[in-house]
Amino acid sequence: MQTTASGKRPWTFYVLALIFTLFVIFLYGPMTVIYILSFQGPEGGLTFPMRGVSTQWFHELVEPGRSGDIAGSFQRSMLLAAVASVLTVLICISAGLGFRRRFPGAGFVFYLVVASLVMPGIFVGLGISLGFQLMGLETDWRISGLGAQLTWTLPFGLLVMFAVIGRFNRSFEEAARDLGATAWQRTREVTLPILLPGIIGVALFGFTLSYDEFARTVLTAGTENTLPLEIWAMTTNVTSPALFAVGTVTTIISFVVIGAALGSIALIQRRRGRNVASH
Amino acid sequence: MKLSPALISWLQVGPLALILIVFFGLPVLVVVAASFFDYDHMTVIPTFILDNYQDLFSSDVTLRLYLSSLKFAAIVWVITLLIGFFVSYFLVFHIDSLLIKIGLFLLCSVPFWTSNIIRMISWIPFLGRNGIFNQMLQDAHITSQPLEFLLFSDFAVVVAYVHLFTLFMVVPIFNSMARIDTRLIEAAKDAGASRFAIMREIVLPLSKSGIALGTIFVVTQVMGDFFVVKVMSGGQSASVVSALSNQIQQLEYPPAAASAVILVIVVVLMVAAILRIVDVRKELAS
Repeated sequence: MQTTASGKRPWTFYVLALIFTLFVIFLYGPMTVIYILSFQGPEGGLTFPMRGVSTQWFHELVEPGRSGDIAGSFQRSMLLAAVASVLTVLICISAGLGFRRRFPGAGFVFYLVVASLVMPGIFVGLGISLGFQLMGLETDWRISGLGAQLTWTLPFGLLVMFAVIGRFNRSFEEAARDLGATAWQRTREVTLPILLPGIIGVALFGFTLSYDEFARTVLTAGTENTLPLEIWAMTTNVTSPALFAVGTVTTIISFVVIGAALGSIALIQRRRGRNVASH
Repeated sequence: MKLSPALISWLQVGPLALILIVFFGLPVLVVVAASFFDYDHMTVIPTFILDNYQDLFSSDVTLRLYLSSLKFAAIVWVITLLIGFFVSYFLVFHIDSLLIKIGLFLLCSVPFWTSNIIRMISWIPFLGRNGIFNQMLQDAHITSQPLEFLLFSDFAVVVAYVHLFTLFMVVPIFNSMARIDTRLIEAAKDAGASRFAIMREIVLPLSKSGIALGTIFVVTQVMGDFFVVKVMSGGQSASVVSALSNQIQQLEYPPAAASAVILVIVVVLMVAAILRIVDVRKELAS
């Protein structure tokens, strides 16, 4: 419908294309600038002009004591994100399948999910840290931090799971049942492989939302910082391009994770397309 | 032995429910309880007092903070709604190839999966006094000296919010627009409707649930934010949560808890109002 009878695109196409292009520039422009500025020369500052090109600010990140504990917080964040991602996948697959039936209490759990999604993060963090304090426990990123992040990754994962399951054709399962497959066989050999691309999407959300989480983690991480908390501390006391260098590094990690997830989804879809075509 | 279907569902949903009850439900109750507690310099004293709420309601600061947060929420809502609507409209109705459509959609979504703090910081070299934007304006002889209001101002706060949260608007609106039956639009066109009439009479009403979902996301994110306001306003503006986080830093937990409770009531009322206007369950159920 985007072409008129004469085959020409309507003027609205060009206006909207312009809006879209400006939006993409708005999204990526400033980010690109800090990636460039992170290679600022040793004499350079927080903005242009570039005074030479160097990797000095990246070296500064790994030198202990120069800009906080970047290396340690990076390791903690990667581990935390990996664990959060695995847990989010397992729990959301299970819950997504469970929600396909009506059961007493379904409404309550669903409202819990929605409430957890819209609740200001700091509220959750404050509640967890106060709760730990009242029970005489120390907050720690491995327990309270992970729990706080799950209240953010699980609702997102479940919504993605709902979207994926909504498009799932149940007649595949019924066919498997008619052929004598047990419930476990049906799940493992029919349902999960079909849902796999969506499951990778859930894993992607679990990882990136945890890796970048700030508002819920700030009060629950305990004495050791995660990477976003370390970056937050840097914004107040580091005024060198090292701040941009950490941005470049963490964005590269994100891009690698996103690329791996989207790439494997595309691969699965292509293989499927080929299989369907060859049958 | 055969398990009943309801029991199987509960076993499947159980882990999710358990984690959300332990790390979300109970902490919310703790905050509500703590909002009635007393405190001194070191500890929280479990008791029942209403002082925290009385202090909150008797201070003009509270009203100012809410007005400031609501002002940001309103401005950001309008901007993200316009961008979200037109970007989705372009992707859904003007791009024919599914592959290009998915590609452009991903192009918009990728930043969402990267760090919010870094994306916010990336505006600093852009908007600063000697930043790129000011240099561009001066090079083009539009201004003769750097504009001071760009960074560390309400303007910078709004720019950062729009940058961070527009995607929350694009995704749900895109979803509901993509589900509109194109035959409806063909029929309207055959009946002589103009482009604008189609947009107003068909596309807009049918994307209402997406708009409502996006609105809920954007408004709750802005109302719950504190780090954008803190960094981008350079400490000149405040929001409800930035004030709250200051109280937490000073270990004044009970007043912070009372302020958090009121904030959540306000946010819940706003969400409820949106849900009353638009029924979004259609959107979630399908």
